[in-house]
Amino acid sequence: MPGYLFRLFGVAGLLLFGAPLALAAEANDPWPGLVQDIFNNRPMNDGSDVIGIEMPIRAEDAAIVPVTLRTKLSPGDIRQVLSITLVIDQNPAPMAAKFQLGPDAKVSEISTRVRVNNYTDVHAVAELSDGKLYMVKTYVKASGGCSAPAAKNADEAKGRLGQMRYRQFEKAGEGPASGAREVQIMIGHPNNSGLQMDQVTQLYVPAFFVNDLRLWQDDSLVLTMEGGISISEDPNIRFTYVSNGTKRFRAEARDTEGHIFQREWQIDDSGI
Amino acid sequence: MAHAAWILAALAMLATATASRAQQRELPVNSIADGVFVHDGQTAQMTRYNDGAIANVGFIVGEDAVAVIDTGGSVREGRQLMAAIRARTGKPIRYVINTHGHPDHFFGNGAFVQDGTTFVGHANLPRALATRGQFYLDAFRRTMGDQLIDEVSIVPPTLLVSGTLNLDLGRRPLILRAWPVAHSDCDLTVLDEKTGTLFAGDLVFLAHTPVLDGSIRGWLAALGELSALPAQRVVPGHGPVSEWPAALADERRYLQTLASDVRGLVTSGKPIAAAGTAAGSERSRWELFDDFNTRNATAAFSEIEWE
Repeated sequence: MPGYLFRLFGVAGLLLFGAPLALAAEANDPWPGLVQDIFNNRPMNDGSDVIGIEMPIRAEDAAIVPVTLRTKLSPGDIRQVLSITLVIDQNPAPMAAKFQLGPDAKVSEISTRVRVNNYTDVHAVAELSDGKLYMVKTYVKASGGCSAPAAKNADEAKGRLGQMRYRQFEKAGEGPASGAREVQIMIGHPNNSGLQMDQVTQLYVPAFFVNDLRLWQDDSLVLTMEGGISISEDPNIRFTYVSNGTKRFRAEARDTEGHIFQREWQIDDSGI
Repeated sequence: MAHAAWILAALAMLATATASRAQQRELPVNSIADGVFVHDGQTAQMTRYNDGAIANVGFIVGEDAVAVIDTGGSVREGRQLMAAIRARTGKPIRYVINTHGHPDHFFGNGAFVQDGTTFVGHANLPRALATRGQFYLDAFRRTMGDQLIDEVSIVPPTLLVSGTLNLDLGRRPLILRAWPVAHSDCDLTVLDEKTGTLFAGDLVFLAHTPVLDGSIRGWLAALGELSALPAQRVVPGHGPVSEWPAALADERRYLQTLASDVRGLVTSGKPIAAAGTAAGSERSRWELFDDFNTRNATAAFSEIEWE
């Protein structure tokens, strides 16, 4: 597990994960430290013409905050988006996800759901084929009331472990000829943060989450996600890509306990 | 400068005097039935200005002992509830019952920790407090401030309820019932058989928009059995003490509308970011609707899409 995934506060966190930025980052803006830890201090370019990030102004349910990432390169641009990294600065594990976009899949939009623990900047960083990083950010207020970034129904979440679903949506205004598909992949998984202490043993419950998801049309990679505990329970990705005409869609997810979940679906394009 | 310092000193003295008076003040309670007392929580969010006193809390006095049902949103509120109890009876507080694990109901627990008092809760409550307790302390420090939050401690129950449990306060049986996941995953109700008074915790909301932190399908499923409980009146978690089971009508309609609207959004392929449009027809019927409805709809969406 990469050290930067965890930024636990307190002695237990430091002992367990040896995250050296915890104390320094608390005092002020964590972003410079995150650029160092996650992006190896590479220069950040203005990404407002390259990608967009959409989140609600306020996290309504702290455990399920929708986020949409959009590529904005014009069709004539010879550059490609290779990956988009999503960082929730003030979360215990700021690096929420890194998406790698399949070279031939023309992924143009990715939506998922994240946990938001606090008032926070949220950064999206795209790496382009020109070798440069492009950054945009938004700001989200923490939810109020008794909402918490934790399981509502932990037993049911365990019961759904490993279930996978595929759903395809009609793309408004685009006929079947365009080949554009909007698809949703759902994975039943508690995606447990592990940040709570076991009351009996006084040890931290180990984190248990989907850390790797790969999606293909036939054998052509569409999208991968390297995920952390900031991704909501039952990881859910909805995205738009361009079909290569294949009728087979495949998914493979791995979690931190070494489970491998695999599914494939026959795509029915009728009426899409 | 000297002038400013004098003003500050005067303000500090004033604040100290106010604080010590506040600590001895009694929480206003109504006697709603023989030996049953309830404080009507304010329909609002917890802030430093209302001491977090937004939930209904109460106590029942038997021949031998007292049971407290929920302790409020701060230790300060808990102490004021204790003062209200002591102004009415000298009998020992044998049980403190938490109806579930939300801060407005248990942050006051610390005021009741003493020999002879047993904390009672749903079998899932310790897990909920372990998972969420520290997060709640951090989150409510922002809205309630250090003074109120510094003294809050997370006090988990030691007497756990699965199914039902009967407690006795001396010729005063209380029937506790642990529910499957509904409003939350640790909802517990308390029925005072003698007066037919049901303390429903947040399984029942009136006036205050219901808050979904468990399962909308579970909550709707629980309403049938809940309404069959032999009570004459209910103390909801939020809203006025009301006749039972008529008090359930508004909440049932809201939850059914929410579930039905969300199901429509899921079926038509709308993204979860659009969930907040669900139950819009309920907007004029509830307080704090904009604070909670989108949140409820988001949670319901993530559940119903697995149907």
